[in-house]
Amino acid sequence: MSTRTIAGQKNLQKINQAAKDGIGGSPLRPDGTLKVKGEFAYSSDLWHEDMLWGTALRSPHPRANILSVDVSEALKVPGVYAVLTHEDIPGEKYYGLEIADQPALAIDKVRYHGEAIALVAADHPETARRAVKKIKVEYEVLTPIVTEEQCLDPETHGYVHEPHEYKSHAYGNVCHEQKLVSGLGVTDEVRALADVVVSGEYEVGMQDQAFLGPESGLAVPAEDGGVDLYIATQWLHVDRQQMAPVLDLPLEKVRLTLAGVGGAFGGREDLSMQIHACLLALHTGKPVKIVYARDESFFGHVHRHPARMRYEHGATRDGKLVFADCRIVLDGGAYASASPAVVGNAASLGHGPYVIPNVRMHAIALYSNNPSCGAMRGFGAVQAAFGYESQMDKLAEALGMDPVELRQLNAVTQGDRMPTGQEIDAPAPVAELLQRVKDMPLPPPLDLEHLDVRTLPGALSNTSHGEGIVRGVGYSVGIKNVGFSEGFDDYSTARVRLEVIGGEPVAMVHTAMAEVGQGGVTVHAQIARTELGVEQVTIHPANTEVGSAGSTSASRQTYMTGGAVKLAAEAVRHELLERGRHRYGWTQTDLSLVGGKVVSASAGVLIPIVDLLGDDAIEQTREHHHRPTVPFDKETGQGFGHVQYTFCANRAVVDVDVELGLVKVVELTAVQDVGKALNPLSVVGQIQGGCTQALGLAVMEEIVVKDGKVRNASFTDYLIPTILDTPPIPVQILELPDPHAPYGLRGVGEAPTVSATPSIVAAIRQATGKALTRIPVRPEHLTDTL
Amino acid sequence: MEFLRPATWDEALAAKAEHPTALPISGGTDVMVELNFDVHRPSAILDLNRITELTEWSSDGATVRLGAAVPYARIIEELSGPLPGLALAAHTVGSPQIRNRGSVGGNLGAASPAGDSHPALLAAGREVCVEAHSVRGSRLIPIDEFYVGVKRNSLEPDELIRAVRIPVADGPQQFSKIGTRNAMVIAVCAFGFALHPEDGTVGTGIGSAAPTPRRAVEAEEYLRGVLAERGLWESGELLGPEVVQRFGELVKAAASPIDDVRGTADYRRHALAVMARRTLTWCWNDYRKQIRSAA
Repeated sequence: MSTRTIAGQKNLQKINQAAKDGIGGSPLRPDGTLKVKGEFAYSSDLWHEDMLWGTALRSPHPRANILSVDVSEALKVPGVYAVLTHEDIPGEKYYGLEIADQPALAIDKVRYHGEAIALVAADHPETARRAVKKIKVEYEVLTPIVTEEQCLDPETHGYVHEPHEYKSHAYGNVCHEQKLVSGLGVTDEVRALADVVVSGEYEVGMQDQAFLGPESGLAVPAEDGGVDLYIATQWLHVDRQQMAPVLDLPLEKVRLTLAGVGGAFGGREDLSMQIHACLLALHTGKPVKIVYARDESFFGHVHRHPARMRYEHGATRDGKLVFADCRIVLDGGAYASASPAVVGNAASLGHGPYVIPNVRMHAIALYSNNPSCGAMRGFGAVQAAFGYESQMDKLAEALGMDPVELRQLNAVTQGDRMPTGQEIDAPAPVAELLQRVKDMPLPPPLDLEHLDVRTLPGALSNTSHGEGIVRGVGYSVGIKNVGFSEGFDDYSTARVRLEVIGGEPVAMVHTAMAEVGQGGVTVHAQIARTELGVEQVTIHPANTEVGSAGSTSASRQTYMTGGAVKLAAEAVRHELLERGRHRYGWTQTDLSLVGGKVVSASAGVLIPIVDLLGDDAIEQTREHHHRPTVPFDKETGQGFGHVQYTFCANRAVVDVDVELGLVKVVELTAVQDVGKALNPLSVVGQIQGGCTQALGLAVMEEIVVKDGKVRNASFTDYLIPTILDTPPIPVQILELPDPHAPYGLRGVGEAPTVSATPSIVAAIRQATGKALTRIPVRPEHLTDTL
Repeated sequence: MEFLRPATWDEALAAKAEHPTALPISGGTDVMVELNFDVHRPSAILDLNRITELTEWSSDGATVRLGAAVPYARIIEELSGPLPGLALAAHTVGSPQIRNRGSVGGNLGAASPAGDSHPALLAAGREVCVEAHSVRGSRLIPIDEFYVGVKRNSLEPDELIRAVRIPVADGPQQFSKIGTRNAMVIAVCAFGFALHPEDGTVGTGIGSAAPTPRRAVEAEEYLRGVLAERGLWESGELLGPEVVQRFGELVKAAASPIDDVRGTADYRRHALAVMARRTLTWCWNDYRKQIRSAA
């Protein structure tokens, strides 16, 4: 085991790199400088000669029947090439990630504010927008079904999907449901075993991924009747799988190539403009580009599920948990998206990284006329963590215990079982993470004598010169799964080719992995260098000419596609060495590829790779499957459902202006076990980014929806943290290898997003004494002016 | 959409007379956002960027004549002495990029109740006026007559803002703004405050808490009376906590905010009272220091 303390660039330079630019090193990312300088080509920068611009007409109503659509005036606008409605769709009219319940264009009704109804292609984006305004839609506006109470009483308030059109696996306006019982469950007898019981109701607002690159892509019709789509997405192959039936094309005629992605965070896991651009391109026979405007982007992708949660925890007088009970209601909005999997995560991870002998859980996702919700970093584990960590603090207070000690006393460790019955068969250093985060030095106290207004809540808004400022400290820990769960075989494919170019051995790595900013392309090159002993690695553009790489989500890409690159590179190495053994009769079993040469540990350098390879190329393709999992039992929630667990602990230090309700996070410390840091700089970046996104949820980020209507579809009013809101984030990394994972690594990206939010809220509670049961915490909550 | 690009001020006024619905643009930090969001489709855009005198300011020692297009960054850098309240407000505008382009003229043209300049201009005194020019001539519009409704000002359709005239500060000034993040935020509400020892008055300005920017008239009158009756201008003695409290309550009472996506009306009223108390206290402490060091 090794640990690294990384507070900033200075410390990073002290890390001993095993092999330069191989795994464990921190080579710089190839896209980094371009992005910082504004020279990186994003999907919105795509251009094709003679291309048309597509745009959509979207519903202003969250729930309405469409009585008629008249496109005749729009078609008369000079420069307009096509106006399409669902009647022009050649194939299947519905698609979806898990359940095909979403029409590619609205059919006779709209179920959410912003649902696409018709498409226009024109020779100029402004012409397209003007034409859209000429489409006449007659609506019968209906009262939207938006609250939990309304959704759960369809007899009174109606169905989002009428029973005859309902495609999900639950009932009524429930999209998905998962129950879980372990031990004796939670009964009055079990409750009686506890000396102390605390309960609470918690609410999480609708967070947005807030990626900066709007949904965009370019569809080019092909001579074979197919279409080539250049697209910013998270998973090329699942896009294609959903698109082809709607376009009525065989899979091989729908070819996707990854374009520059400006952030994703789950928001690109669903289709946005993919089908629309292809429909227009196939209809007009011309290339069609679609770029969403910022407000359209807020309507064009799913968000994090808002949640209402009720928790009850019981413990003995000395702090041992006896039982935990929970009901989680997630608002999935109009269409299923990833709701079933989000529910599975919420149910299976919703009691946190704690040993609890008796557990009950009931998690559901609702259909409503609110915006659709689906994948976002943390995926069902985020909402629950706010609930169970708030409960831990409440329990500690009721017991008169230190909140960190209470958590440590009940923390899971390797060999323990989750409430699903799944044994944690890899390191789970939860108590140690908490200890380390607690032991890290605290920032200096607020110095009222030498104030810098920029460091106070409100900063240069000049609201305080020290008045009303109270400091608070809070702790939390969280658990997240890595990879797709519940029996899903989200395998990854990699093709690796080794050949001599310009007198040097060069490896080419070809995968369909979506590089969305996570740094996967850097890591793939590192893996190829380590396995093949070469310096030069070329990353082939990601496309559907190679097998699926699965989604860039669930913290899985380094594990899964990185693992596939490792397998393919090992196969190339094996073939190369076999060739040498065959040609030169090597008998050594200690061969490896180092520094461009075949090396024997006992006999030294045998031959340069260049000489062994000559004019040949060696190419191998491999699939990497993680170990199989099973779906959770519907009633008991039992099952070996997750591939890997990952843990992060945080400490937040905040200054709160208690009179004005303004918050400044002073420091946000993170300690995370990453198994093996393939690229320590990127790992720290992921953890700091994850913490920052968690900070946003804690104190500012929320899509405000009233009566089904989105009220802040812009970065003017959907606030994300600026650098002045982002504190120093000291990160300590543990590397306890997971024996089941390539290189022992653990997915990194999501755990801090799960764990950091509750620590910030805990710190604000300590400063203010307020209960704070809803996030994001608003100034109104802290000043009783809601 | 026509794009007009006059080279001189006279050409600009002629263009505005000919195209009274033309939308003037300078930094574009407001106009371009609204165009991009398709909020407006003006018949014409009147680009003022070639008219360099709009980016100049001058002072005769008593009044600063601030060109309509002097960017906030230069107000912070060059005018924090004579116009401390406005400079503090300028600090809270957007990001560095926005402060390099945005200007007080733009704030006045848009006349949004959330414009950051307005509370500072109101607090700077009733003598603050907007210099409006047209082919018909020029006039000075007192700041108290400038804001007439939500995003409406008292300019005639053929008028352009040439400059703002602001008295040089004769006492401490402060500006506070509430946002739900620590930078780059539209005001939830804002408050400007100024002491004017020369004529024994005080100035206030409330932002984002009424249909227009407005002053808290009763709060100003109350405080002016207390300062005069108790001889506090001369003595520099501490204000009693009841004075500070009362002032805050009167500022709060002067607002008529609404609930919206940025905040509740109750919070805005509450925050205005807090900001009023704090800015008054800061200014008075500074004033006390000044008269003590003068004594």
